[in-house]
Amino acid sequence: MNESDGLLTACAVPPPPGSEADLFPIRVRGLRNVFGEHVIHDNLDLDVRRGEILGVVGGSGTGKSVLMRSIIGLQIPEAGEIEVLGSPITDARDDDDIDIRCRWGILFQGGALFSTLTVAENVEVPLREFYPEITDELRHEIARYKVLLSGLPAEATSKYPSELSGGMKKRAGLARALALDPELLFLDEPTAGLDPIGAAGFDQLIRSLQQTLGLTVFLITHDLDTLYEICDRVAVIADKRVIAVGTIPELIATDHPWIKSYFNGPRGRAAMAANERNEAHEFAAGAANERSGALGTSGDQA
Amino acid sequence: MRAAADFSTEQGAEGAVTLVLSGPLIVSALGAIDHRLRALEGPIAAINLSQVSRIDTVGAWTAWSLSQRFSAPITGASPEAERLIGAIRAVDDNTAPVEHPRLPMLLRVPDHVGQVVSGLGRGMLLVLGFLGQIVLASGVLLRHPSRFRLRALIHQMELMGVNALAIIGLMSFLVGIVIAQQGAVQLRQFGAEIYTVNLVGRLSLRELGILMTAIMVAGRSGSAFAAQLGTMKLTEEIDAMRTIGVSPIEALVIPRLLATMLMMPLLGTYSAVIGIVGGAALSALTLGIPFFTFLARIQEVVPVHDVWVGLIKGPVFGLIVATSGCYQGLQVKSDAEEVGTRTTAAVVMAIFMVIVLDAFFAVFFSEVGWG
Repeated sequence: MNESDGLLTACAVPPPPGSEADLFPIRVRGLRNVFGEHVIHDNLDLDVRRGEILGVVGGSGTGKSVLMRSIIGLQIPEAGEIEVLGSPITDARDDDDIDIRCRWGILFQGGALFSTLTVAENVEVPLREFYPEITDELRHEIARYKVLLSGLPAEATSKYPSELSGGMKKRAGLARALALDPELLFLDEPTAGLDPIGAAGFDQLIRSLQQTLGLTVFLITHDLDTLYEICDRVAVIADKRVIAVGTIPELIATDHPWIKSYFNGPRGRAAMAANERNEAHEFAAGAANERSGALGTSGDQA
Repeated sequence: MRAAADFSTEQGAEGAVTLVLSGPLIVSALGAIDHRLRALEGPIAAINLSQVSRIDTVGAWTAWSLSQRFSAPITGASPEAERLIGAIRAVDDNTAPVEHPRLPMLLRVPDHVGQVVSGLGRGMLLVLGFLGQIVLASGVLLRHPSRFRLRALIHQMELMGVNALAIIGLMSFLVGIVIAQQGAVQLRQFGAEIYTVNLVGRLSLRELGILMTAIMVAGRSGSAFAAQLGTMKLTEEIDAMRTIGVSPIEALVIPRLLATMLMMPLLGTYSAVIGIVGGAALSALTLGIPFFTFLARIQEVVPVHDVWVGLIKGPVFGLIVATSGCYQGLQVKSDAEEVGTRTTAAVVMAIFMVIVLDAFFAVFFSEVGWG
């Protein structure tokens, strides 16, 4: 493909449709991470499918964040191969070798906003970095609607991170992660530290953004409600590798003790019950909509 | 080959102009045509997206803002474009972009000057308040000596004192050499080379030993105090301490302050001694004054009050360096950048105050007859 027009040089070319890299934006093979004497991952395999929200769960210290850091190239693994959007991360010698960074967005746990920049300026940083040819007006406009898309009021654009609450910081971090319209979104515990209403709102926001923008989402969470509400599949990390990947009913059907105690514990059951109630409610609402729709068409015909 | 994003205008049958956008309407391609789109003049009756190959939210935003600007409907949008434009439409509240509040140029300068001046005044009051807090905390510690943190004190003495020996020694040795060499060049003109001993001995013990040490400690430890306490303030460690009932002044400031005040006279004297050794070494090599003769002569020509002058200045300079470091560190409120500016301020304030006070001391000691 000829990219000599200079418009797309900053960024790697998307993989051809239908290829392995297109079907599985993230592929991890035989990953091994060691800190000193402590083996975090050993022979870990994971595939993330295009267009899904994959939840990653595991006990504290099982290396969920380390896995994410390995995938995005912040942690150099001892062994194994990682391919993101068709480009090998583990072969990269230094940061400049990773040329797909304009096609992913990352929300760190605490938001990791640049504390000396306003929210809008934070969102503008990746735009400035990758697309310096964008005019100032357009960049300001992009930053503004990204902030609005992530559910913050327009006044928040000129605020500094220290003036924001924890939930607002996460939303601002999400706006920055979405700045370049990425295909891949990494979220590290997006709902940790949010109140239940804020957490539910954030879940819905991620879901609707994922559907509208067609994102593939890699989501680390401890929040069972998030798993039930928005995750298409869940990967469980235990015993230094991914022991199971599947929908929650599939996972509950396995007889691994950790998975059983995770989903069948009091919190797991409460989240499941809440989810069933929600689904019943949605089903009723959907049925009502269908009825009114049917009435509408019959009215038209008459 | 991928086509670049572009646009054209088409004149319809009744003279209505349609704006046709084409190519990939994505963030990487739009930068090239944005300024031309902005220069576009209406009226435009419709915006056609049927030639668009790919679209992302930036493209959707561009189409949406064009349609708002010309109040023209969007036609020929793919389902994906519809969806993205719908998402933009749902959040765009049509409010004017928030401008950063900024004064006009003419007012900004006096505004800034005013802020600096009032900040200086407030800063002085705050330093006084900080010193008051230290005095109060010292009073509490005197009444309850068991609460004194001896381990922290010894740790700080090691960090700021013992660990500084090598660098201060090297610096003093070299300064001693320079003084002896430069002094000898001038004194040789009068055939008074032997007075190099007086010059090196008195200057090192009275002035340079303690002054150079204070500057080095300000750069080494005053900055460290400011950065440590500033970072602890940002990570809410100091707030956590307060809630547990530990006074940050008692636990953090007093050990650092005391360690600096105790170590400064020691380091200053050490620095003076090494400076004299440096001078003696140079004199032995180039002036023909034997090393031990030089040292013996120091005892004869340096009055003992020169040693006292150095020793009295030590704790005072230590107090200034440690106070400015701790004070600036505890003033950090908002972000990482402030830790940097406060650390700089701590070092600058400490060195400035040390030099001002040194001038005062010089006048004072010569007035009381210790000249």
